This record gives sequence, structure tokens and C-alpha cells, in this order.
Amino acid sequence: MSDDVAVLGVGMHPWGKWGRRFTEYGVVAARAALADAGIDWRAVQSVVGAETVRGGYPGYVAGASIAQALGWQGARVTSVYAACASGAQAIGTARAQILAGLADVVLVVGADAAPKGFFAPAGGDRPDDPDWLRFRVLGATNPAYFGLYARRRIAVHGDTPEDFAQVKVKNAAAGSLNPNARYRARVSAEDVARSPVVADPLRLLDICATSDGAAALVLSGLDFAHSHGVSEPVRIRAVSTVTPRYPRTELDLPDIATDSAAAAAPPGLGLRPSIAAAAYEEAGTGPEDLDVAEVYDLSTALELQWYEDLGLCPAGDGAKLLREGATSLGGRIPVNPSGGLASFGEAVPAQAIAQVCELTWQLRGRAGDRQVAGASCGISVNQGLFGHGSAVIAVR
Amino acid sequence: MARERVPVVAGWFGGEGEEFRLTGTRCRSCEAVFFPREDAFCRNPECGGRELDEVPLARRGRVWSYTDGRYRPPAPYVCDPEREWQPYTLVAVELAAERMVVLGQAAPGVGVADLAVGMEVELVPGVLNEDEEHLWMTWHWRPVTEGAL
Ligand SMILES: [Zn+2]
Repeated sequence: MSDDVAVLGVGMHPWGKWGRRFTEYGVVAARAALADAGIDWRAVQSVVGAETVRGGYPGYVAGASIAQALGWQGARVTSVYAACASGAQAIGTARAQILAGLADVVLVVGADAAPKGFFAPAGGDRPDDPDWLRFRVLGATNPAYFGLYARRRIAVHGDTPEDFAQVKVKNAAAGSLNPNARYRARVSAEDVARSPVVADPLRLLDICATSDGAAALVLSGLDFAHSHGVSEPVRIRAVSTVTPRYPRTELDLPDIATDSAAAAAPPGLGLRPSIAAAAYEEAGTGPEDLDVAEVYDLSTALELQWYEDLGLCPAGDGAKLLREGATSLGGRIPVNPSGGLASFGEAVPAQAIAQVCELTWQLRGRAGDRQVAGASCGISVNQGLFGHGSAVIAVR
Repeated sequence: MARERVPVVAGWFGGEGEEFRLTGTRCRSCEAVFFPREDAFCRNPECGGRELDEVPLARRGRVWSYTDGRYRPPAPYVCDPEREWQPYTLVAVELAAERMVVLGQAAPGVGVADLAVGMEVELVPGVLNEDEEHLWMTWHWRPVTEGAL
């Protein structure tokens, strides 16, 4: 396929919470990816940084700050922000540059130093910002939305808090095998049930933490990869960065209400399934072709939702798929073999890139104890608030 | 001196007692309804209308989902850091005619144990927070009492 790009190198800084500058993490990840690729930083023609915005100022101006920290060498620079989907947009930007012939080798980096506690909007009196409004008017934190989705699943699909806990148990077991994960202890369903309720029906161990961390990729065209001596690189075959279609009838962060479906019929697919559908269409694949998936488990219940939105099972059968063990390591379609957000915590601009690092290790057969046997096609998927779709399909 | 009652967001709700309603807008061209209100343009991609009129939303709806906040949310949510945190309940309510879901806090005293998906709730005025000069007003959802009209 001529529209593939090669993943020459991947690298991460382990996830944790140290409060250091985000560039420190980013440089470690970038150097690891460059070393993995066998590419000298000075030969990189473009750097794309996935950024985060805190305190009302895009202070972590990602691409340039990372380039400066690695040592200015004149590369073309891009910084992108799309909340949790920032990393996918950075990958999409790098791919477009490569396919357009603007660059042979592109470094993609996402790094974050997360604040303590709930994510909060920028300060000041800003009633024109939906993110500010949901906190001011409702006190609706991110976990509040996760709680709403989880309760809805219980009511509509018959999921139970025990099902949700089993997602954590599964992901913690995988994460215990991942040296880059922040949380490496195994967790039992009893541990989850003993943790305090944060947003009914979800408990602390159902909800992902916020973390420091960084991930990086070195991407190139296939011709460059071949001339660089890599005959069978992991290839990125699709990058989905779709937006919702009007009227949007699923309540999403940071909105206080959905669109009205009274005057216009809702689209056939909501945002989450449409993210996957666009990726499948671009790659010429479907859920039946997948060997492995990395999904955005902001909460345990949300992971079950992704099973259905990816088409791994019919709507409402997410918990059944989990109970069957299909999504565990060794199952039919392991989901989050990295350990997922449950084991990492969220480092917003790095997370979608970290998902692709994991896919790459899996497709190379270098994922160690958490290897999915014979993996040749994988998908990563997530969603950034305000309506940012994000998915990557990688093959080998 | 009585404290001034001020809506936490101007133009999002109005009316007294039984007449209290959320205020949306409706596009003159395609009749799409918006809440929070859109005043400058219609967001229907088939339309492109620029003229929208205020419209009150339904007073009653059914619970789509609900949750609560067991921990103090960050600013700009206003609460007294000296006082022990009192969890509040959030309700997402489906309005039948508008075919939309609107979030709101539940009326004081309504907890998650008092709610169920599909239950009928109604809109009532409520106080979000107060300071020395103001009562900051908002909307609350409250279960419809059985038998009440
Ligand atoms: Zn219109």
C-alpha cells in the first residue's frame, strides 16, 4: 500500500508522577525512539509535538520546546492540540508531511507533567468556554461524565460494578508485565470494591489517574525505511481524526446538553463507532482482522463501550466479551495488553502516541511477557473532548 | 437587606414557580433547537440559518443517567473550603419533544438512591451558591412526586 508510513522507532519515558518539566520526559522518549530507529536527531527533518494546554496558556508549546531541548537543528516544526486526541493528530500530521513529500523522517513527541487531582479548566471568569461552564454551573468533573456513562450501561445493558472491576483486574494484570507502566501491582475485584466511590457507580480504581510521561515515534516513508535497511517495518495504514456528525446525540465532555434530534435525524453512527469505521475504511480492514487493540479506558466501563464501538462484539455485549476472557492476554482479541490507562494514568498529549508504541512492540513481536502471539494488525483508539476522534491502525 | 438573585449564566433560564423553564433558541429556518442557546448561527450543517428565537424547553423529562460528586470539584465551582464536602447529584435528563439530553444538578436532598433511569423529573429553580450580596441561581432536576400534576 503506497499510503502506508513506516514506524522506524518508538520510545517512551515511563509513566509516573514526579512533577519535573515535561521536556525532560519528552527528551528521554525522543532519544529512545531515535536510538530504536537508528536515526541521528540531526537528520530529522520535521518534529511534531502533541501539546497540552493548562492555565489558559499553551505553555507547553510542544514541538519547539522539545526541539530546543534536543538541540536546535533547524527542523520544520508543528505543534498540535486536540486534548486526548493530540497524539493521533500529531501522527496524522507527520504522516501527511511524509506522504506529501515534505519530509522523509519525522519525529513525533508527546510529553506531559500532569497536575494533581481533577483536571480543571483555565482560571478567570470565562462564561464563553463550555469547559469552564460545566465546572462553574454543575461541578461536572471528568469522572462525573464517566459515572453517567457507567450508570447508563448498567441500566441499558445490565452491566454490573463487578464487570467494571474485572476490566481493572485484567488491565492491572497486563500492566504488571509492562516496565513503562506507572502502576504495576496486580489488583483484585475486592480491591476495586473497597476503593472509595468517586462518581457513583464508579470507584477510585475504576477511574484512571493523571500521570507524567512521554512517548515518541520516528516515522518515515517506506522507501526511506527500505534504504535505511528496514525491510519489514511496522506500518501505519490508517489515522482517523474524524469529528462528530450533527445532531450529536451522545452527551460528551465538556457539554451540558446534547444536540436536539427533533428537527434533524441523528446520524447512523455516533462519534465513537464512526472513529473506528473511518479507520477501518481507510485501512481496508475490519474488526475481524484485528489481533490486538489499545483503547482509551478513562474508566473501566468505558473500555466495555469501546469493545462495542470497535465492532469486537454487538452493542450491549461488551461485558459478555470481557467475561469470556476474549479481551485478556491469551484471549481471542486482547485489549490493552499495555495495561491501558488503568496501569498508566493519563498523560494527555503522550497517550495516543504511547498506544502506537505498544502496537509497534506487539507487531514486532517484542512485547515480552505481554506479547500477543502472532499479532499482525492492531488498532488504537481514543477520543478527545470537544469532539476529536482518534484512531490508528498499524500492520506488519 | 435581601440578597440579589442572579442567574449563574444570563439567559439560560427564566420564569417563576411553575413557569420556570430552561431557555433555548430555535432556528427560524430549520426549527433546530439549541441549549445552551445559540444566538448567532444555526449549527445544523444542512441549514446555515442566522435567525434564532428564544424558546422555553420542556419542564419535564426522563432520567437518561445520573451520578454524584463525592469529592470537591475544582474552581470555578464555588464551595466553602472550610465546610465538610457535601456530595451533590448530577442528572442527565432526556426531553421528549426536543429529543435532547440536558444535564443539571438534582434538587437538594435528592441522592442517587432516589433516582432511576427512565424516572420522570421536573425542572425547579435552585441556588447554586451564595455570597454576601448574591444568591447565584441555577436549575435543578427533581423527581416528579407521584400523583402530582
Ligand atoms: Zn437552522
